[in-house]
Amino acid sequence: MQIPIVEIYEIINKEARKGGSLISALEEIQTRYRYLPREALILASERLDVPLSQAYAVATFYNAFSLKPKGKHCFQVCVGTACHVRGSPQVLDHIETKLGLKAGETSHDHMFSLETVNCLGACALGPIIVTNGEYSGQMNAKKSDTLLRRIFRAEGLDKNE
Amino acid sequence: MSNINSSVELNAWRAELIKSYAPDRPLITVCGGTGCRVYGSEKVFNAFQEVISNQGLSVSLAYNVKETGCHGFCEKGPLVVIRPQGTMYTHVKVGDVPEIVTAIAEGKIVERLLYIDPQTDEVIQNEDIVPFYKNQQRVILDLNGLLDPLRIDEYIALGGYSALTKVLQSMSPEQVITEIKASGLRGRGGAGFPTGLKWELCRNQPGDIKYVICNADEGDPGAYMDRSIMEGNPHRVLEGMIIGAYAIGAHQGYVYIRNEYPLAVKHLIHAISQAEECGLLGENILGSEYDFRVQIKLGSGAFVCGEETALIASIEGHVGEPRPRPPYPSESGLWGNPTNINNVKSWASVPIIIDKGSDWYSSIGTETSKGTMIFSIVGNINNTGLAEVPIGISLHELIYDIGGGIPNNKAFKAAQIGGPSGGCIPAEHLDVPIDYKSLTSLGAIMGSGGLVIADEDTCMVDFARYFMKFTQEESCGKCVPCRIGTKAMLETLERICAGEGQSDDVEYLIEVGQAIKLSSLCGLGQTAPNPVLSTLQYFRDEYEAHILEKTCPAKVCKGLITYAIVAENCPGCMVCLRNCPSGAITGAKQEVHVIDPELCNRCGLCMSLCKFDAIMVT
Repeated sequence: MQIPIVEIYEIINKEARKGGSLISALEEIQTRYRYLPREALILASERLDVPLSQAYAVATFYNAFSLKPKGKHCFQVCVGTACHVRGSPQVLDHIETKLGLKAGETSHDHMFSLETVNCLGACALGPIIVTNGEYSGQMNAKKSDTLLRRIFRAEGLDKNE
Repeated sequence: MSNINSSVELNAWRAELIKSYAPDRPLITVCGGTGCRVYGSEKVFNAFQEVISNQGLSVSLAYNVKETGCHGFCEKGPLVVIRPQGTMYTHVKVGDVPEIVTAIAEGKIVERLLYIDPQTDEVIQNEDIVPFYKNQQRVILDLNGLLDPLRIDEYIALGGYSALTKVLQSMSPEQVITEIKASGLRGRGGAGFPTGLKWELCRNQPGDIKYVICNADEGDPGAYMDRSIMEGNPHRVLEGMIIGAYAIGAHQGYVYIRNEYPLAVKHLIHAISQAEECGLLGENILGSEYDFRVQIKLGSGAFVCGEETALIASIEGHVGEPRPRPPYPSESGLWGNPTNINNVKSWASVPIIIDKGSDWYSSIGTETSKGTMIFSIVGNINNTGLAEVPIGISLHELIYDIGGGIPNNKAFKAAQIGGPSGGCIPAEHLDVPIDYKSLTSLGAIMGSGGLVIADEDTCMVDFARYFMKFTQEESCGKCVPCRIGTKAMLETLERICAGEGQSDDVEYLIEVGQAIKLSSLCGLGQTAPNPVLSTLQYFRDEYEAHILEKTCPAKVCKGLITYAIVAENCPGCMVCLRNCPSGAITGAKQEVHVIDPELCNRCGLCMSLCKFDAIMVT
């Protein structure tokens, strides 16, 4: 993947001019590219005058940051307490089996990412899965199958596995 | 909207606004909270606007449509309330909108969308008498269903910023602190420290630079009341912060808010810019000598940042690790300056106390715990939602009168209060009044108000393991007891759930749990063992069943259960066989199927698909 160095530098520069912190610069980059390229950490550390070790510490401490690129389709299974008692572990299990990924992993072809989130605050609808930003509520293994199949079909991956 | 230069001007504007905001005006309010949005409330709102403006309806239907903040009754969303009658429609879909509009025009009611009380089968038209609302006392959430959160003029018309004018016109900072102290308000973030005293400590610190912070890093899974306040009534939080900052002598404030709450962030940013335009934030607020500004800081997803010293480190741009206290933030907080941190609910309570008086506020609640508390009732409960009640109400009232009881005729097992820092309360203590003191004596905490209901199908050992996994993952790793201790407890719990428990595991969990509580650096570690210790206190028999009998009584723990076909019920329909992800089911059409326990990964899909009750768990 081509890393848009100039663009990234502009983001960091903008934050630096605003007097913003390392965290806000990294947040911007994460939002834009859905991960923090290695180059971004180096640039941020140089421009904002913080040691690279500190930039790395911040990038690995907060859940919002990822050092690896995310897949084209991102599934987030809510594992908040309300979803948990309503059966989200079974849903997560099922999706893990179907995608062949563990929570937190991205497929080799960068097609799918599977993540867990701690409570989205839509507990009335639990268990919840967010697919590319779209919420689906009251999920179970069967309904998550339907959801996956829809995406497989859209991608021409017409396999029930 | 223009700059307001004095309290007199603001009051005059309010008087003007009230004329056009007659409370009995016809109004359709659509809940626009995150919960209802997930159900599609935005489309419903747009449909109302479209239907009303495009259908050339008669003038008699001069209804305004408004998208408000969270109404709280998330279970029934999207919620629509027709005012002033207060007719409440539940689960409203885009297709229902023309029918509702026609009904309004004809003075009728769409009966099929009204709320039906599941206990009495009674159809209830009016929002106020729906049991979920009837038994609440909505003080902080009172305007959530009325206000357009994007409009400061609506907040002002409904009495907003009147507490601020009162403070700036007639109260010294000391008087404000005395009033808050007299109200008995205690910090709503969980610890329950008296708010007035906290302000005084910060005010009395030497130094010209002081900060106030609103802790909106609501990380407790299952709790979302702070988000709903910020989404639905952001100006009340700001007004509370301005008053508090005035009392403390701070001129800069921060709202530290979860990045996972995009709507709340949007509404707060909008509210801040409106307040700035109106002269309610910035220099010389309402023509006074007082200056105050507020900035938003986005959290990046670390539970520990709800702890005040970690939160401060995060605002400073560092890794969000806590540090030992003392010094407390009131002495040395943000960038080494005296800093006062309060929770969203605490800040939002302040204008109400100033407006209505400390006597009024302290008349709500119990002897030692004043005011109201907002609980998010979630989990295995009929009426998921936000309930604001006077402190001291019993859990029974909260779960059965407001929450509507447990779905699917299941039995209540436990209420988990206070999230990962809290504990479980079993059925025998349901009549205990909920206040800071009695909850602590039961091994739970008030916390931020997350209330997760577990029914008979919940395994308490697995539940404890769940919370321990959460805190273990969120432990920042700075201090040893929390970093190593939570890991040790989690590994033990995982072993127990996998059927590999040993006879001394329970004693080990208690010993390590006590050690973590005593020796951890911050609140996260000091409370992390609570979910385990409280389930051990009340549900020790379940632990023993796992360890000694190698069974999971609730049939949840995968290592201890087996799926099997009930031969007499199985018609051989092939549905489970075709869908089993691990290929563990064999058989042929119209022949009894068989599950191979070696291949079965206990996902339970077969059971959820079987229409013949032909799958059982043992």
